[in-house]
Amino acid sequence: MLDVDITKKLGEFELRTKFSITDEKTAILGASGCGKSMTLKCIAGIETPDAGRIVLNDRVLYDSNKKINLPPQKRRVGYLFQNYALFPNMTVAQNIGFALEGKPEKNNVVNEFINKLRLNGLENKYPSQLSGGQQQRTALARMLALDTEIIMFDEPLSALDSFLKWELEQELLDIFGGFDRPILYVSHDRGEVFRLCDQIVILDKGEIVSNSTKHNLFENPKSVTGTILTGCKNISPVFCRGNGIVIAEDWGVGFKIPQGIDEDTVRFVGVHAHLMRNGAEYENVFNAQIINVIEDVFNWIVVLKLSPQAKKTFRWVVSKKEIARLQTGTNITVGMASEQVLFLES
Amino acid sequence: MDSTLFVPIWISVKTAVLATIITFFLGIYAAVFVIRSKKYQGFWDGIFTLPMVLPPTVVGFFLLLLLGKNSYAGKFFALFDYNFIFSWEATVVSAVVVSFPLMYRTARGAFEQLDNNIIYAARILGISEWKIFWRVMLPNSFYGIMAGVVLAFTRALGEFGATIMVAGNIPGKTQTISTAIYTAVQAGDYELAYKWVSVVVAISFAVILLLNCWISKQGKNSAYLTKKAG
Repeated sequence: MLDVDITKKLGEFELRTKFSITDEKTAILGASGCGKSMTLKCIAGIETPDAGRIVLNDRVLYDSNKKINLPPQKRRVGYLFQNYALFPNMTVAQNIGFALEGKPEKNNVVNEFINKLRLNGLENKYPSQLSGGQQQRTALARMLALDTEIIMFDEPLSALDSFLKWELEQELLDIFGGFDRPILYVSHDRGEVFRLCDQIVILDKGEIVSNSTKHNLFENPKSVTGTILTGCKNISPVFCRGNGIVIAEDWGVGFKIPQGIDEDTVRFVGVHAHLMRNGAEYENVFNAQIINVIEDVFNWIVVLKLSPQAKKTFRWVVSKKEIARLQTGTNITVGMASEQVLFLES
Repeated sequence: MDSTLFVPIWISVKTAVLATIITFFLGIYAAVFVIRSKKYQGFWDGIFTLPMVLPPTVVGFFLLLLLGKNSYAGKFFALFDYNFIFSWEATVVSAVVVSFPLMYRTARGAFEQLDNNIIYAARILGISEWKIFWRVMLPNSFYGIMAGVVLAFTRALGEFGATIMVAGNIPGKTQTISTAIYTAVQAGDYELAYKWVSVVVAISFAVILLLNCWISKQGKNSAYLTKKAG
């Protein structure tokens, strides 16, 4: 159980995070510079907040009122750095065993984690002789060999090419599956976060704008920031509403509001690029003009004008299997169910 | 061979070696102190660098003020019937003061180039600050520290201005090669001056060369210092 409630001035804005996590895998998702790494550093004790309180399993790590600020050495947290921060002057085995020196169980623990993370044969290699994947496994072993109360990851995959990234993500997935204490994972990649974590906290300019389960977040992001972070490419403000219809200002078209949503609360609409369909058998149908067609690996990325009054274009992604050819300048009928449209309150 | 030829060489070498050992610890300590002090960092850096930019005679003058007969330290020394000025110890102290900034600045540069994350990682792993310093910071800034040692040693070996003011130029006691060369030239004995000049050049060059060789050999032996291609 981790409770965080801290503030810290960060250049132009103030970081204000308040959340608590139990044993689930929680991600902090946010654009770069939103304060997500700073939050982790404050928990680990390598940065000090201006005020607030951090409590881990009934142990107060930081409390500005009681003037408590445990040094990182006493916090019992695990931290995986983006560059892994292995000690360059130590071998794999020395890196893993460094924090266990002088303890009788050292050799057993080091061997256990060398086996667990498949580092056999690399015990005497230095970090500079390892591949990226081996470096990550060494850093994971070093972190897990200590019996910490939480493990934290600071964008461990964001500097990697996509092939290696996938390989290392599988590694993390394995670790996450067998770890029964809280995990805090910081990233700006929504896909990564969705695959690895259960709970997602969204941070924007130092403020938490959403904290919900991943399914809730992706189906009902509520805010524009959350919607952008879930990968939605089409967002428009609403400029008038009535009779169960809201009009999207940017595209000059209306969307029917499904049962259960109060039309007066809708300020923005969001449409995922791949949820639009070709055809007329939907609640919301538009006769759109094709402005441009960009060929992607498996999809067409189609730039559409949903109505003649549209101020901005609309991005549509459609599989090449579904439509063989698209002609720029022609019109096409597209539509979607209202359930798949995101009606946002802020 | 004239044995007086070797006396200044011996005095110079033992002065420079002892001064380098003292400077090594003081310089590293000062570097860590300045890096960790958030307030007044510029002030301390200024103080520690000053001996490098001031004329050596000014440094000597300050040392006379601080440690001379009429100073508090001098009066304290007098209680034990000891006079610091014109002693061999004075050559060491002068060499320490002028070589210190070189050690301090190179060590500081080396520490500041370290990846902060490895120090943070060590702290989070529960490693004590003392152990982090000896086992993480120092080994990983090896080149910089060694460069500082070489610079400090050669500077200590060549020290002249402060030495002649504080320690004087007493043959067999405080006369180093530098001051001996000065004396020889003053006396018009160029042959003797040549000999000492070549000794100073040879020692300084040999030390630098030896260290360069050693560092490149170390680099080949220890894999952690070699950069991986690609």
